Amino acid sequence: MDSLLELDKISCSYDGHSVVENLSLHLASGMICSLLGPSGCGKTTVLRAIAGFESLVAGEIRLDGDAISTSREMLPPEKRQLGMVFQDYALFPHLKLSENITFGLKGHSASSQRKESERLLEVVGLSGYGNRYPHELSGGQQQRVALARALAPKPKLLLLDEPFSNLDVELRERLATDVRDILKDQGAAAIFVTHDQHEAFVMGERIGVMNQGTILQWDTPFNLYHEPAERFVADFIGQGRFLSGRLVEPDTVETAYGIITGNRAYGWPRGSRVDILVRPDDVQLIEQNDNKASISNRAFRGAETLYTIKLADGGELLSIMPSRYDFAVGQQIGFKFNLDHLVLFQS
Amino acid sequence: MSYSNSPSIKTSGWHFATTSLAILVAMPLLAVFSGWLQFENEVWQHLTATVLDDLIINTLVLLLGVAVGVLTLGVGLAWLTTMCDFPGRRIFEWALMLPLAIPAYVLAFVALGLFDFTGPVQSTLREWMGTNAPLIPNIRSAGGVILVMVLVLYPYVYMLARSAFLTQGRGTLDAARILGRNSWGAFFRVALPMARPAIVAGTSLALMETLADFGTVSIFNYDTFTTAIYKTWFGFFNIQAASQLASLLLLFVALAIYGERLLRGKSVYFEHSKASHPKRIVLTGWRAISCTLLAGSVFFIAFLLPVIQLVQWSWEVVINDLDSRYLDLLLHTLSLGLMAATLTVIAALVLAFSRRFMQDRITGISAGVATLGYALPGSVLAVGIMLAFTGVDNLINSIWNMFTKTTPGQILGGSLFALIIAYLVRFLAVAYGPIESGLGRIKPSLAEAAQTLGANNRAIMRRIYLPLLRPGLITALLLVLVDVMKEMPATLLLRPFGWDTLAVRIYEMTSEGEWERAALPAITLVLTGLLPVIMLIRRSSQRYTQVVD
Repeated sequence: MDSLLELDKISCSYDGHSVVENLSLHLASGMICSLLGPSGCGKTTVLRAIAGFESLVAGEIRLDGDAISTSREMLPPEKRQLGMVFQDYALFPHLKLSENITFGLKGHSASSQRKESERLLEVVGLSGYGNRYPHELSGGQQQRVALARALAPKPKLLLLDEPFSNLDVELRERLATDVRDILKDQGAAAIFVTHDQHEAFVMGERIGVMNQGTILQWDTPFNLYHEPAERFVADFIGQGRFLSGRLVEPDTVETAYGIITGNRAYGWPRGSRVDILVRPDDVQLIEQNDNKASISNRAFRGAETLYTIKLADGGELLSIMPSRYDFAVGQQIGFKFNLDHLVLFQS
Repeated sequence: MSYSNSPSIKTSGWHFATTSLAILVAMPLLAVFSGWLQFENEVWQHLTATVLDDLIINTLVLLLGVAVGVLTLGVGLAWLTTMCDFPGRRIFEWALMLPLAIPAYVLAFVALGLFDFTGPVQSTLREWMGTNAPLIPNIRSAGGVILVMVLVLYPYVYMLARSAFLTQGRGTLDAARILGRNSWGAFFRVALPMARPAIVAGTSLALMETLADFGTVSIFNYDTFTTAIYKTWFGFFNIQAASQLASLLLLFVALAIYGERLLRGKSVYFEHSKASHPKRIVLTGWRAISCTLLAGSVFFIAFLLPVIQLVQWSWEVVINDLDSRYLDLLLHTLSLGLMAATLTVIAALVLAFSRRFMQDRITGISAGVATLGYALPGSVLAVGIMLAFTGVDNLINSIWNMFTKTTPGQILGGSLFALIIAYLVRFLAVAYGPIESGLGRIKPSLAEAAQTLGANNRAIMRRIYLPLLRPGLITALLLVLVDVMKEMPATLLLRPFGWDTLAVRIYEMTSEGEWERAALPAITLVLTGLLPVIMLIRRSSQRYTQVVD
């Protein structure tokens, strides 16, 4: 597959303090990916390095095969022909929406600029708003204008820096879907930085989970959830708890609550101490079972209920059950595992 | 009767206070225009035949020169110190505000003393070159006046442009870059237009000061309306003609205000609360050196050089001049300043509270009129106050005469009261600014909370409002005090006999060319003037470190 963007072992630092270390990433044209991680993990720095606002200490960034950033040289941001949507939108308050949108269309005729701004306003669902000023719009509308402005010069790659973080939750998911559809329509590749995994799942075909300046896992949303490569990823994505045990066969673990056998094999020495990742949907609560626990918390979610159960040895597990089952806090309950895809970490 | 959370001093009380203040400000304004009722044909003919053309041309040249100068210097330096990094940048950031402490007329006489034909600079140059011809352009020219005014007034534009650039944050500049503009394009297409309201406001402040200036132009013998007003009043003893000249000057002031409204634009520019400071462009090589040289020479010429020269001159005359006469001057200046400042701050406080508690049209209009006084040049104001108070005196005299058949003569006109009222009118807006913004930061819920805890209106005032307003009140007091101490034309024209101030002394000494003897009062004014400037610098640096973090 042709590579649109390649980050080749890049490192960035602020005041001698390393923020991004030895990070590599490949992006094919037309692909939308997310960088997901807790705040301070360096994801925004990566984005700004791609845009040309941050310099590299080491490594190289290539766009269409041409080096645009190395530790020695940097192509200035205005020559990179990328689009960027900023966290605070950064709309120009002194320009009308149409002028904001056509800002990047240098050298186009006035009529083609007008046409383009009208087309893009329609794309983002704001037809007829061209003569307004940014402060006359709501946050969600400003967001769309920022997207239209970034798309106007038809960049091959769009960078989005937490573009929904200033919006309320309901608007966020709807806009994320809209933005994704618009990007797919325009055939633009995009890198989308967020700390919110739901947004990342909606937007990204590929997601890079970042922590402390490196990408821990670069994968599809499904794999990140079901086959996390590292304990941090397992912890950060989705919900779950760890259950300790001992590896008795490559695919079998012995725990205090019975032998669990899955469909994945691990090459560690037999007898190794391991932790099993147990997601809420891996635990089924049943009235009668040898494994006993007590319900310590419940969160009703409409169709289902999330239970926290306390084990005899003081450990804790989560279980999600259809809400027609109704167990009370404090109630003694039995449980069993449905762990086909066994995810283990050495402890 | 409303049951709002306002103190229940009756509505009429607030209305009375605000409309009184509005009338006080409107009175001299109307008096100035009433001068046309009694047309002074003879004097007027003399004026039009001789000087009126020159006055208008001189004023226009001065305005244009100062506008171009403060814009270039103010915006340029603001951009360099906010967006670039060069040796000494951290010091210049605040040091470039210091010239604000130097009254224009002080820099004017120092410049003349140094660079005039007989001054040390030209004399030394001639000695070296062995010639009698002047080697540098004559400083007693339009260019000289403009240069002095620009060096003193550019900090207005510098400060406002700087805070505008700092609050813009890096987002919009980055956006312009990624959309294909280089850093110059980003400056001219985004940063500059976004800062336009601030830049226009700063320039218009500088132009108002230029129009109000009397000291500088009279030291340079550069005739403008302010000097013409003085000469007509004290030379021809014709206050009517003076008032007609004053109303012409007001026309220029109105033009400046209108220009500001026009150029400021209608768009509402919001500040990003999370504005993060853009990465500075680190300058190296000749660029860095020329930036340091530019900022350094502005600071040197506008602040360091005059201060050093003043100190040197003061040192020469201190044995003779630091006498009881000087102490009298100082005492008069300070007591006038303190009286006027106290009164003005009280008036501003009343005005600010009326605005808060009464949201009706009468209060709004009255407050608008009452804060117009800052636009009245001191000389115009003096003429207006004198005319108005003479009118009141005449009225009192004729009533008195009906009953007692005697006339008490001048009562208000030429009194200390008239002078203090003039200061109050001129500087009410100066005091109103910090008090109003301080009051604006006090949430109504605080007063409501105090009320629910059993505090009555007086207790709320004493325990909530006044303590919270203290920083604003102190700022207002200090600003008015320093402005009154520096004010030259109003004091010169209205002071009662025996009430000479430092500014008056400077005028007297400089009009005789005795620069050395003007130095001691001048350095006193500069040092007091530094107080509010330092306060301003500290406040702005606090605010921006917060923004940058």
